[in-house]
Amino acid sequence: MKKIVILLALLAFIAFPILARKGNKIIISGSTTVLPIAQATAEVFMDNNPEINISVRGGGSSVGIAAIMAGTVDIGNASRHAKTKELATAREKGINLYENIIANDGIAVIINPENSVNNLTMEQIKDVYTGKIQNWKEIGGPNRPIVVISRDVSSGTYEVFNKLVLKGARIKIDALMLASNNVVATIISNTPGAIGYIGLGYITDKVKALKINNVEPSKETVQNNTYQISRTLNMYTNGAPKGLVKQYIDFILSPEGQKIVEEQGFISAR
Amino acid sequence: MNKFKESSFKIITYTASLFTIIILFGIIGSLFYGGIPIFNIVSIKEFLFNPAWHPTSDPPDFGILSLIIGSFLVTLGALIISIPLGLGSAIYISEIASARMREILKPIIELLAGIPSIVYGLFGVAFLSPFLIKIFNIPNGLNLFSASIILGIMVIPIISSMSEDALSTVPKNLREASLALGANKWETIIKIVLPAARSGVLTSIILGFGRAVGETMVVLMIAGGAAQIPKGIFQPVRPMPASVAAEMGETVVGSSHFHALFGIAIVLFVITFISILITEFVVGRKMK
Repeated sequence: MKKIVILLALLAFIAFPILARKGNKIIISGSTTVLPIAQATAEVFMDNNPEINISVRGGGSSVGIAAIMAGTVDIGNASRHAKTKELATAREKGINLYENIIANDGIAVIINPENSVNNLTMEQIKDVYTGKIQNWKEIGGPNRPIVVISRDVSSGTYEVFNKLVLKGARIKIDALMLASNNVVATIISNTPGAIGYIGLGYITDKVKALKINNVEPSKETVQNNTYQISRTLNMYTNGAPKGLVKQYIDFILSPEGQKIVEEQGFISAR
Repeated sequence: MNKFKESSFKIITYTASLFTIIILFGIIGSLFYGGIPIFNIVSIKEFLFNPAWHPTSDPPDFGILSLIIGSFLVTLGALIISIPLGLGSAIYISEIASARMREILKPIIELLAGIPSIVYGLFGVAFLSPFLIKIFNIPNGLNLFSASIILGIMVIPIISSMSEDALSTVPKNLREASLALGANKWETIIKIVLPAARSGVLTSIILGFGRAVGETMVVLMIAGGAAQIPKGIFQPVRPMPASVAAEMGETVVGSSHFHALFGIAIVLFVITFISILITEFVVGRKMK
């Protein structure tokens, strides 16, 4: 008798999470840029709907898209669009990569506040990063060597910067490659000759954001597409979202959800 | 009953040690499983001796020479800083300091070993880098030199406490004989005690080397991350662990880039494995 009770209890223990998982759980992974939005919105969403459980993980844009294709998550976050290669793989596997744009993000080019330069063209930034321009005096600044700072080549921010500004050209070999937005901002704030780029939400008053082609990086200029270094933040689903996932994504796109997006330092989707 | 206790104790400890070995081989196995496929794409020679590391370019370059050189240079720099300081403090604590002084100094130096590496990293980013920019008037504070300094500080407690152990196991009568023959304290330390403790001191240096070569957080934050062969000590470098740590999270599982990162991990493993073998060899020779 005792044994049967224990056995039943064990069975219930095993079965419960499986049953609970069915239908009531949303699993999300992917871009670390989208991660804070997903976390903050998931928290509020779960407060409003206590029966729903959302688990959010990072891993990077490629991981998010790969996870959607592997069917291990319900939502794959990406700070870029799916690549042609990924779309092809998805088609092969019979998966419809559906893009839900949930926010906008601009990449600001930042320098040390001591530096007198205020505006650069896209071309000048490219020349600085490829090593054609080596000194600030060549672009209207003080006579000081330029310390070029980039994000690591596998970060989503690098990918967007590389595509929009460098257009595929290689960054000069002695550029610093740093691991996070915060480290880039810290190093620029204490290195007088440095130039770097970070997400708009990471700008602090210890760094100076440059105008690009005379356009200031801001919410308005990103939304109306006049600021050139901007991107959309996306949540990929397999086909158009439905059920719980639709409920959650609709929540992010609602005024309440978009307010959270802005609180996290990003720019609302529309 | 006693017999039962004894045999069960035997079994428990045996399983524990077996388990450790299984885990070790599991790790080695998965390391090679993840890393070998890269050699279908580039030859071992090209992987090790091509200085161009552009893993996400199209077409990519998977050469880790500049990463290997970066690793060795920061480690060398760390040892140049930590050997004199670590050995010096070991000699002072073991041979010269009073018992009271020893009681104070030993735990303080060991405390250095207890500081998490992220704290060293933050210290380097927030204080050392701007400080170096100011005093050396260099454009960039994240470089070979600053990473070497921080790594060196991290290695000091390893060299110091292990050398100190080795020095204090040197029999007292050796010292007394030397002093009785008219040698002064300095001569006794340099010519008698240090040579007698040679293998222990060497072991501490090799372990310090292993620590410095494998340390990840500090080099990720402070070395600058440029995959190049540096032309000076104030140039940024990208040591191997930094590359793996920075790129692994963002790469597609199963891609060539993924396998290349495992390939780097194999190289790191082989280097530390050789350093451990050397330690065993040195210690083994002492036993004979």
